[in-house]
Amino acid sequence: MKIGTGLPVFPGVSIGKAVVYRKAQSTAPVSSGDPAAEQAKFDAAVITARNQLSALYEKAKVELGEEKAAIVEVQMLMLDDLDYLDGVAAAIQGGAAAAVAALETGEEFAAVFAAMDDEYMNARSADIRDMSHRIYDILCGNTGFQLPEGKFLLVAEDLAPSETIQLPRERILAFVTRQGSSSSHTAILARTLNIPSLVQSDIELADAEGCTVLAVDGFTGNWYMDPDDETMAMLKAKQAEAAAGRAALEAYRGKESITKSGKKIILAANIGCPEDAEAALAADCEGVGLMRSEFLYLGRDSLPTEDELFEAYKKVAQAMGDRPVVIRTLDIGADKQVDYMGLEKEENPALGLRGLRICLTREEIFRPQLRAILRASAYGNLMVMFPMVASVWELKEAKALCAQLRQELTAEGIETKDVPIGVMVETPAAAVLAHELAKEAAFFSVGTNDLTQYTLAVDRQNANLGKFYDPYHPALMALLAHIARSANDAGIWAGICGELGADPKMTEKFIEMGYKELSMAAGRILEIRKIVCESEQ
Amino acid sequence: MKEFKHVITDPMGMHARPAGMLVKAVAPFASKVTITAPTGTADARRLMALMKLAAKQGMELTVTVEGSDEDTAAAELQAFLTANL
Repeated sequence: MKIGTGLPVFPGVSIGKAVVYRKAQSTAPVSSGDPAAEQAKFDAAVITARNQLSALYEKAKVELGEEKAAIVEVQMLMLDDLDYLDGVAAAIQGGAAAAVAALETGEEFAAVFAAMDDEYMNARSADIRDMSHRIYDILCGNTGFQLPEGKFLLVAEDLAPSETIQLPRERILAFVTRQGSSSSHTAILARTLNIPSLVQSDIELADAEGCTVLAVDGFTGNWYMDPDDETMAMLKAKQAEAAAGRAALEAYRGKESITKSGKKIILAANIGCPEDAEAALAADCEGVGLMRSEFLYLGRDSLPTEDELFEAYKKVAQAMGDRPVVIRTLDIGADKQVDYMGLEKEENPALGLRGLRICLTREEIFRPQLRAILRASAYGNLMVMFPMVASVWELKEAKALCAQLRQELTAEGIETKDVPIGVMVETPAAAVLAHELAKEAAFFSVGTNDLTQYTLAVDRQNANLGKFYDPYHPALMALLAHIARSANDAGIWAGICGELGADPKMTEKFIEMGYKELSMAAGRILEIRKIVCESEQ
Repeated sequence: MKEFKHVITDPMGMHARPAGMLVKAVAPFASKVTITAPTGTADARRLMALMKLAAKQGMELTVTVEGSDEDTAAAELQAFLTANL
């Protein structure tokens, strides 16, 4: 038995035979010595490549959808690129064989794109390489990789985009690659197909070729070659457990999340961008308990406009319909820097100018966001919550601004709805003052990650503090109980949106404390609903 | 010579797909079409050159069209960019 590791990109266990994918290794035919003849060969190969890609495009469109098929479309366009064609023609004139000219010119362009200061363009170098390899293979007479019958785990150095599309998806049990990242085509495909997979693994292709059975544990990131009986039993048990678990949970799809004594709990999803709303609905969420707004501000050169924000919020509001959507206003600070905001570097960003503190100091940032949320409120069931509140005056000030903006919008003839305003409870001050804040807030949602870090004075980014970061600490439990009690006394609801929201060990405890809503990664909803429905609370 | 400006509204900027569509849109015209972004200048018939601009949302492009059919080409390309980028 051999064991190794990789970066898991999808959880689950797969066991089966390994198939090693290697790019065709043939030697390119030497030049005929006549540039005109080589050019003619190249031109013919381009036509063949175009036909292949166009067939592949049609297949991908049907099997994987328009968006993934666009990968192939881009390669078809690259095939016609004048700079590429000129480069190949020059190499052929210089005496190179057609196949070599096609490959090397492709490598040159790929290298330029790989060196660009732009992640999207870096990834395009794989497309260029893929396209030029295709022409090379045609010119070398390679007919491509022959796959065996039946199901298998695919092991490769790396997989090019068109290769992942060509694969028979229904027969692949797992991908194990030595390269690739969690955002590579292979990883994206693994997640689309729901198959456990590893990238950046330490697997040796030669070893994989020699083994009889390969197993991948997508929970731990381990791979096993020819596992011994004990390991095999462990893997099979894990696999069976995961399969049984998934099947059993499906019974809870579409069900109300209600305890045996009749307490209704809302199980909502945490989302990062409008596109996540679809996946959240597919996972049977009952609303959005935390929509992070940061993605709208990160990775760009200037503040998003009110209209851009409005469109994003409106999209989520419409997708969710009557279901509640809690939008957290911008929680950005020195730890998540955006240059265009011109924030100063801080010694201690976790305690710095962040969350609502920025918003209350920089109205040019806060106003467009609040106006966008208010405008989008007409399209669904929106609520807004403020992060990093420590004092009642902060909430009052932000509420006053909301009221003023709503009046402005009404005066402008723009329709808005009444948007409930809540507090994300994540500072110990807000937790202790929950009974005071409850008089001003329409709801509470507890961000347990930051509340743990601030209450225990333990930096959650510091790996050396692992055993001191205890989300079940009695001090934290006391605060959580106080927050729920204060909310219930004031007749408002309280929920949990930190990582504890999806912690099955805490679900019953939260219900007992009086929490009415739990928000989590969408994939966890059915699992938590099962616990709610089985609870005696 | 005709010249007009266009601010990119596509959130992904000038990525491969709109760049490819632009090349196709320019193809029927005889005029020379040049795109200038804050990051550089590219011939609009050349896909990889356009992609190398890595032009982002919010950037202003200057499009110059020069040739026998510059009037129609400029008008059509302006409409194309408004609709697609």
